[in-house]
Amino acid sequence: MRFVDEFRDRNIARELGAEIARLARPERQYRFMEVCGGHTHTIYKHGIEDYLPRNITLVHGPGCPVCVIPMGRVEDAIYIARQPGVILTCFGDMMRVPGGNGCFLDARAEGADIRMVYSPLDALKLAQRNPERRVVFMAIGFETTAPSTAITLLKAAAENVRNFSVFCNHVTIVPAIKAILDSPDLRLDGFLGPGHVSTVIGCRPYKFIADAFQRPVVVAGFEPLDILESVRMLLKQLAESRCDVENQYTRVVPWDGNPRALDAIRRTMELRPYFEWRGLGFISQSALKVRETFAPFDAERIFELPGVRVADPKACQCGEVLKGVLKPWECKVFGTACTPETPIGTCMVSSEGACAAYYNFGRFTRERVQEAVR
Amino acid sequence: MCLAIPGQIERLIPGTDLATADVSGVKRNINVGLVAEEGIAPGEWVLIHVGFALSKIDEAEARASLEFLQGLGQAFTDEIAAITGETVPVEGSG
Repeated sequence: MRFVDEFRDRNIARELGAEIARLARPERQYRFMEVCGGHTHTIYKHGIEDYLPRNITLVHGPGCPVCVIPMGRVEDAIYIARQPGVILTCFGDMMRVPGGNGCFLDARAEGADIRMVYSPLDALKLAQRNPERRVVFMAIGFETTAPSTAITLLKAAAENVRNFSVFCNHVTIVPAIKAILDSPDLRLDGFLGPGHVSTVIGCRPYKFIADAFQRPVVVAGFEPLDILESVRMLLKQLAESRCDVENQYTRVVPWDGNPRALDAIRRTMELRPYFEWRGLGFISQSALKVRETFAPFDAERIFELPGVRVADPKACQCGEVLKGVLKPWECKVFGTACTPETPIGTCMVSSEGACAAYYNFGRFTRERVQEAVR
Repeated sequence: MCLAIPGQIERLIPGTDLATADVSGVKRNINVGLVAEEGIAPGEWVLIHVGFALSKIDEAEARASLEFLQGLGQAFTDEIAAITGETVPVEGSG
């Protein structure tokens, strides 16, 4: 596997580590947020923090689409699933996300017809094959996923599949980053920008972070060396007193994103005035809803949803974890009451959640070792 | 769910936005409409997310991401199982 070695070479990792140590001023603390759950996963799996000087901390961000779905929306989805003739479809990760009264698996055990699909197009196909049923697709995800829902809506409209609709829960990453920057809890020195979201939106939307908040941003790939190289690029900007948006992941991310994908989103969806994020609360203009021109395919217009806000369990500290204020193991229920088998909070459900990633891989990272020897 | 998995295009399906791709040994029709502008041909690699090609990638990137994804363990197995679950007949449909 010659190809892979290029992204994993330990010698290059050490060289990058040395360059990082040279760039980081020893008297200063650096806190960089990796926005995307995929990055969190790489960091824990490969022990990236072990290559970094101790005054550099990687803070985990809110970029896990499953983690940020609030309990009230899970309840709404279960309500839809219980209506006569409905088949509710969703991605596999949603099945165990806790709502106020259990998860989709519980609702299914009680008789609701909830099915996993790989793609929204599979949900549309299911509707075409079952004209007597009402097929609802629960759409979740950041801008990576929204284009797929958008194209499915366009196809449903073009083929007039009237028994198909979308329960839209798409969220947008930039307002969440802004909410974190506005939060007084946390001081951050820079951002590792999300890789796959940026294939769609490009690098321009992050410019406000550099301009208005004076923080550097580097859009990063998912290999261990990508993360180290991106940290090096952030430090270099700070050393040169610059705050720019840079693209480390040029082999996948075009500067302007994917115009076709953005166009499909624009044609079918519009911004909501506000949307609740689990743990982060209400964030204005942070989510998408189906445009009125596609009303016949909008589950929120078809079904009268309860729309009740359900508070997170008191023991759960997902909000603090999603904002990067707490490390996963600092949560009161981490690894005891809350595990991947019996999750209390969403960060433990998805493999991209910081808690699940840490639970599976992160046992021997720097902090943990320090705690153990204390 | 946010995983994007590399696949190699085997065949474009004429008159549609679809192509048959090989994703870790699983053959599946995927939508290539989002990368159509750049042009797409058999043998090329794309990053696939929930049944849609999001961007074209080169082979080195494809192999590296595949290995990264395989390293995810269960999440990768689930993703491949999900792809397999709704494998559509290769001819025509979609």
